[in-house]
Amino acid sequence: MRDVAIVSFAASTTPHSNLDDVEMLAPVIHEAIESSGLARREIGFTVSGSCDYLCGRPFSFLMALDAASAWPPISESHVEMDGAWALYEAWVRLQIGDIDAALVYAFGKASQGDLNAVMATQLDPYYLAPLGVDAECFAALQARAMLDAGRCTERDMAAVAARGRRDAGLGAASADELLRAPYKLAPLRAHDCPPVTDGVAAVVLVAGDRARQLHKRPAWIRGIDHRIEAPSPGVRDLTRSPSTALAARAAGVGRAKVDLAEIHAPYTHQEIIVREALGLDASVVINPSGGAPGAHPVMSAGLIRVGEAARRILDGSAQRAVAHATAGPCLQQNLVCVLEGEQ
Amino acid sequence: MEGKQDPASPAEALSAPYVLAYTYRRSVGPVIGRFLTGLREGRIEGVRTAAGRVLVPPAEYDPETGAAVGDFVEVGAAGVVQSWCWVSEPRAGQPLDRPFAWALVKLDGADTAMVHAVDAPSPAAMRTGMRVCVRWRAERVGSVRDIACFVPDEGSGASEAPPMPPAEPVRGMLSPVHLEFTISPGATLSRFLEGVVEGKLLGRRCPACAKVYVPPKGACPTCGVPFGDEVAVSDTGTVTSFCIVNVPFEGQTMKLPYTYGSVLLDGADIPILHLISGIPADEVRMGLRVRAEWLPAGERRPTLESIRWFAPTGEPDAAYETFSEHQ
Repeated sequence: MRDVAIVSFAASTTPHSNLDDVEMLAPVIHEAIESSGLARREIGFTVSGSCDYLCGRPFSFLMALDAASAWPPISESHVEMDGAWALYEAWVRLQIGDIDAALVYAFGKASQGDLNAVMATQLDPYYLAPLGVDAECFAALQARAMLDAGRCTERDMAAVAARGRRDAGLGAASADELLRAPYKLAPLRAHDCPPVTDGVAAVVLVAGDRARQLHKRPAWIRGIDHRIEAPSPGVRDLTRSPSTALAARAAGVGRAKVDLAEIHAPYTHQEIIVREALGLDASVVINPSGGAPGAHPVMSAGLIRVGEAARRILDGSAQRAVAHATAGPCLQQNLVCVLEGEQ
Repeated sequence: MEGKQDPASPAEALSAPYVLAYTYRRSVGPVIGRFLTGLREGRIEGVRTAAGRVLVPPAEYDPETGAAVGDFVEVGAAGVVQSWCWVSEPRAGQPLDRPFAWALVKLDGADTAMVHAVDAPSPAAMRTGMRVCVRWRAERVGSVRDIACFVPDEGSGASEAPPMPPAEPVRGMLSPVHLEFTISPGATLSRFLEGVVEGKLLGRRCPACAKVYVPPKGACPTCGVPFGDEVAVSDTGTVTSFCIVNVPFEGQTMKLPYTYGSVLLDGADIPILHLISGIPADEVRMGLRVRAEWLPAGERRPTLESIRWFAPTGEPDAAYETFSEHQ
């Protein structure tokens, strides 16, 4: 395998932006490229992650290319997935060896529509869509399964929210204070659900010695893998995430001590499921960025987890970090990435 | 970085409601089709996998092995709640218009759970492990909604479904999509559209390549950098290319034949597309000099339709060299 590292990361999130996708993206892509030290022409591959349904406009990723400078024509790809999967494609592309640098970005403005209704369009059209059920209902069924199985308590869930909100700078409410709120979709309270967020993110990947020239401490991708489970929630054990566990094993999470993990858990109980599936012990710092309770920009939240983990390698505050991204209802699909600093 | 408010997000930008609505006509295939046909007839059928598990609702292939599924098996119209959540504010289109529970229900004889609504009086009446049974809809069409909902089983089990007249097997279904948005064109385009209401065409200059874009976008498509200065451009320009529309279509407001052209406004570096009128279609030509015909001030809205069309100025045609870059 060719050594590939993250050398820069930039993101912008807000509950609601009046800017359009390109206006949000252009400064963030600019910041990621500028801080990488690369010239734009050195980027050999550009790949993005987004979802057309968020803005109700087909092929919206083509419009967003204005932010990535597609002239002279560039080598480009897109995934209708969180940007973490775009990063996976960029990593695979860099393995070929003919180019040394790739730009990955993701964008989405969830505040433009009814996010639950938008996410419901990804569900089975025969058995589920006619019911008007949505991803939040599935998260609530999953949370109840966790509570019934004794795998967590409502207070454990509130503690995830309290820590995330505190680390994101959204206030110091304790878990007990949060628990006084009424249910939103019992057993979920509002703090268990991700805030509607508009956001964009960009990451620059560089291979081999070029990465060492650009940064004194690149965040090397030492393992990356993603796995998916059956779509129907009724056939899965919702209290476990075997796809995360498999991806973690393939990515080599357990091969050495982990300093921190950035877990993409849209709902609080999902952090508990993923943490266990990753096999992390109690010493691992979880989501120093605040995670989903702080901001959850759909389509870039997973890429931001990778970027936030990389940031702490790049700045020297961590040696080995794990990043996780998820997609689909009830943690259906999961990506795990292991990042390490120079030994 | 994450959590940071975007200082460039303006407090005011244009926005407009936008609805995306369309209906797919889906083929359901032999497996889902048989399940839906069974529901119409008041019967719930699953499929048995090679390992002997009964999948309800049926999958077309075993989710564990990918193998084709085997025989259909009728299962009970009652079962056990495996998990549930409580909806205190139902949305339009959901099975019940009063607070209800979503539940994963494992029907008697099935090995997997199906999602449906449970009509319970309160969350206190719900618990994992409780028994529930189907409440059938009287008029059934071959849909998962033929099960109106589940209800707590008081011990008598599910009532028989009222009979339906015989009909052809279910082969298809309609899948409507209806999504409502509030779309903003963003800060740059909002400013342009506000200018249109004032009868002005405001472009933006790229700080890198110095080209003036009208209408401006969020970033220069060539350089990938946010635009710089606002530049007012003229409402006169040159036709760089055109086509003549001879084909009628629904919703057409122009009388055939009419002309649609690329107009390079004086002071702009990118042409805009608009109607060319005030001249017979067969006399429109490349290089024709034209001017915007604006709607009266009180009728202008934030759209390029505030320009009725472009009409000849009467000036001599522009030399080809002045617009050849835009071919």
